[in-house]
Amino acid sequence: MHIQLSHPSRTVEIKGPKKTKDLLKELNLVVEAHLVIRGDELVTEDEMLYDQDQIEIRPVISGGSPRLTSPR
Amino acid sequence: MNCTKCKTRAVIDLPRHNAAFCKGCFNYYVHDQVGRAIKSEKMFGKDDRILVAVSGGKDSLALWDVLLKMGYKADALYVNLGIGGYSEVSHAKVVKFAETVAAPLGAVLHVHTVEQEAGAGIKELAMLIHRPTCSTCGTIKRYQFNRVALEHKYDVMATGHNLDDEAARLLGNVLRWQEEYLDKQSPNLPASLDGFAKKVKPLFRLSERELAAYSVLNRIDYIVEECPMAKGARTLLYKEVLNRLETESPGTKQAFYCGFLDKQRKPESSPTTMAEKDQAMLHPCSVCQQPTTADVCSYCKMMARAKAHAS
Repeated sequence: MHIQLSHPSRTVEIKGPKKTKDLLKELNLVVEAHLVIRGDELVTEDEMLYDQDQIEIRPVISGGSPRLTSPR
Repeated sequence: MNCTKCKTRAVIDLPRHNAAFCKGCFNYYVHDQVGRAIKSEKMFGKDDRILVAVSGGKDSLALWDVLLKMGYKADALYVNLGIGGYSEVSHAKVVKFAETVAAPLGAVLHVHTVEQEAGAGIKELAMLIHRPTCSTCGTIKRYQFNRVALEHKYDVMATGHNLDDEAARLLGNVLRWQEEYLDKQSPNLPASLDGFAKKVKPLFRLSERELAAYSVLNRIDYIVEECPMAKGARTLLYKEVLNRLETESPGTKQAFYCGFLDKQRKPESSPTTMAEKDQAMLHPCSVCQQPTTADVCSYCKMMARAKAHAS
């Protein structure tokens, strides 16, 4: 299947069928920090993904300020 | 996987709540969590005018969307920092959301452009004054946010800080024991004196993953690309560590941050020292006389059980 990744933007090919959580594990990606989108639909961890699927794995972490305080 | 509530096909699973939701039930969950945050922290009411700080990212646009759909009077401020193509894209996404979603609901977008006022973008400004870009950015955003709130007489300012942001900041402050900053970690910072508008964080009960999912499900077109100035920031490392803990032990981030808030609300009860606590709770075991909180200590209970099994 065709996988679109970000940060940096790149694509990889992975052989299906494969469960979403196993795909993330294979790519060494943490579930809590990513969304898996098939076409334009979100899929859950137990969803089976197939070779013909267009998959986007979108990172959800953002924020850059090194400042740890919360000044006014 | 099926939706925990309506049993149709789920689109997102939430291990920390041991639940999975379809789009409709997930939207209800998000609105409910924001409603609980607003109510429990007494953030604002339906008659208050709110100014939302929007960046073009998932959290701030989701916040604006949720508040408008919940019937609040929420306008927004976007600060264009002049970070080349990144600012151009984020600005365009904010304007698109404002025109297609917010304006039909009667909301207004304010824009402040750093280059117009300062003659240079954030990167050049930071170099001129020899300060880190993220720190310069934070100062400008906070200043402009407060200025617009006061000038346009908004009752409260709202930011898109989420559970991950607050847990990561708390971890950083605790790792360095920066206790003086912990007071400022409340999701409701009141207008303590003239010139400071009230500031709230209605998304503090929702994780980044949940907010990204809300944006995807509701077709909110946000900037996925990370700010080029944020690379290598320590906050990202703390978030990564917390997410690894969360994956292994769902609910960790919520327990860490919300537990901190609970502790802050409760007045320190006496006795406070270890010795005072021990004196108040411990007494001699009725069998061996060693200190215990129960009638018989756990050692004597364990040995009695072992002897009963052996005989």
